[in-house]
Amino acid sequence: MTIWRRVACGVLLVVVVLSLAAGWLAPAGYAKQYREEAGAPPSRAHWLGTDEIGRDRFARLLYGTRISLLLAPAAALLSTLMAALIGGLAGYLGGIWERAAMAFTDLFLSLPWLFLLITVRAVMPLNVSPLFSVVVTFSMLGLLGWTAAARVLCTAAAGLRNSDFVRQARAAGTSEARLFWVHVLPNLKPVLYAQFWISIPAFILSEANLGILGLGVSEPLPSWGSLLKELEGLVSFGEEPWKFVPLVLLVVVVTSFQLIISKQEEVGA
Amino acid sequence: MLWRKIARHGLVCLATLLLGGLLSAFLVRFAPGFDVDEAQLDPHLNSESVRALQESRRSQSNVVKFYLQSLERAVHGDLGTSISLGQPVSSLLRDRAPLTFRLVGMGLLISWSLALGLALSSAWLRLTVYEVLTTSLSGTFLCIPAAVLALLSVLWNVPGSLAVGMIVFPRVYRFVRNLLAKAYAMPHIMTARAKGISELRILLWHVLPVAGPSLLAVAGVSVSLAVGAAIPVEALCGLAGVGQLAWQAALARDLPLLTSITILVTLVTLLANSSADVIGHMLRGQRA
Repeated sequence: MTIWRRVACGVLLVVVVLSLAAGWLAPAGYAKQYREEAGAPPSRAHWLGTDEIGRDRFARLLYGTRISLLLAPAAALLSTLMAALIGGLAGYLGGIWERAAMAFTDLFLSLPWLFLLITVRAVMPLNVSPLFSVVVTFSMLGLLGWTAAARVLCTAAAGLRNSDFVRQARAAGTSEARLFWVHVLPNLKPVLYAQFWISIPAFILSEANLGILGLGVSEPLPSWGSLLKELEGLVSFGEEPWKFVPLVLLVVVVTSFQLIISKQEEVGA
Repeated sequence: MLWRKIARHGLVCLATLLLGGLLSAFLVRFAPGFDVDEAQLDPHLNSESVRALQESRRSQSNVVKFYLQSLERAVHGDLGTSISLGQPVSSLLRDRAPLTFRLVGMGLLISWSLALGLALSSAWLRLTVYEVLTTSLSGTFLCIPAAVLALLSVLWNVPGSLAVGMIVFPRVYRFVRNLLAKAYAMPHIMTARAKGISELRILLWHVLPVAGPSLLAVAGVSVSLAVGAAIPVEALCGLAGVGQLAWQAALARDLPLLTSITILVTLVTLLANSSADVIGHMLRGQRA
């Protein structure tokens, strides 16, 4: 592991620990309003100041980071599992299954990602409870983001279909289901890990985009998307520089993931 | 062979249109609130009018019938009426499409100029520091959400097309750099360099013919990326294009409008990808 990857892992660990310790580190909950200090600049009591309705920005950043950093991997896990089942199985079965799965994923991939997301998000009610909006947003990312991974897994599974060990197991009378679960799927692990890690920063960025456009996690729950929405009201760059802290943290976290991914991609390839 | 390829792409586009239409019909039909019309709450309507409205809604409950009716209307250029704006979808698209095409076109020009410029200079200079700098630059842009780049373009008062360009640039650069690096590492190109042939001649005579078809494929994909980038840029920069229309339709849950836009955008990206594939095929044929 190179020094940069170690630094990236260290940074991610620190950010995860800080977000999990939000209850101790933050002066109050993410929804607590200090009405007499609305829109206040950073101070000892509020390290990043307060937003326009008096909520502590530092507390919201910590809780928002927790939501984004815990649920993006959950969505990535869901999409990777779907990709393993659909892409892996289609690649292993081959023939018409493989062609149908590839045609379907190609159709899906031809849709611009953000168009697809906002279309599906619009089908669901927008005035839902904040907790439900978190579940909806990240489930949607997981359920729609499996196609690119499925393509890679399909190709990888197709490569294993006629490998010697699979032929031997088949000749020994192993059932097709057991062959897939016991012999093929474990051999796809490096590709699965790579796809899982690649999906996480993609989902973090997608949630941030949806949040800024007002189609992500609902208030008062914070997420990186809703925190970055505050940049919308800025008139100049130097006006309230502390509002850029969530962006800096997001860039640092996504960069750390990208550094780890570069290793995973080598493994996946 | 070429005609077969063109026919296959044409069939894929048609299949996408039909399947996309069917999925859209499902989305519109089963979205919460389909059976309810805002007009039913109008106190000026008597019970008979309300019942007539309910009947008209009920007649659309069969998805297949609803889909076939929509398809028939679409063939005649009628894409339905926007629920939120109360205007025909086709006229809304006609009014807004030119701005989006300009934005996407300029964004693609900016992103490709930057990506090609940096990748080529990196291949020519062969300096590790320069390579690290260009890769870090594209990596940084890759880690910033598209919507934030759109907000920053508003903050710094720069054109929206620059924001689209900066969103697409890192994705394009990564592919272009790898393709050019692979081409420049080929033995015959290394020999040409050792013989002292000018870099421009090497690029035009040896590198581009090798990397050209793959670069065209990346160009096709970049159209899809640029069209996707148009949503946050138009929505947050206040540009009245198709992307802003899609965003407004999503916020207003105007599904007939949103699904029409999505199908149109999908067709545009499919056509771009198909064209890139066919041209790449022709180039490969010429080389062979």
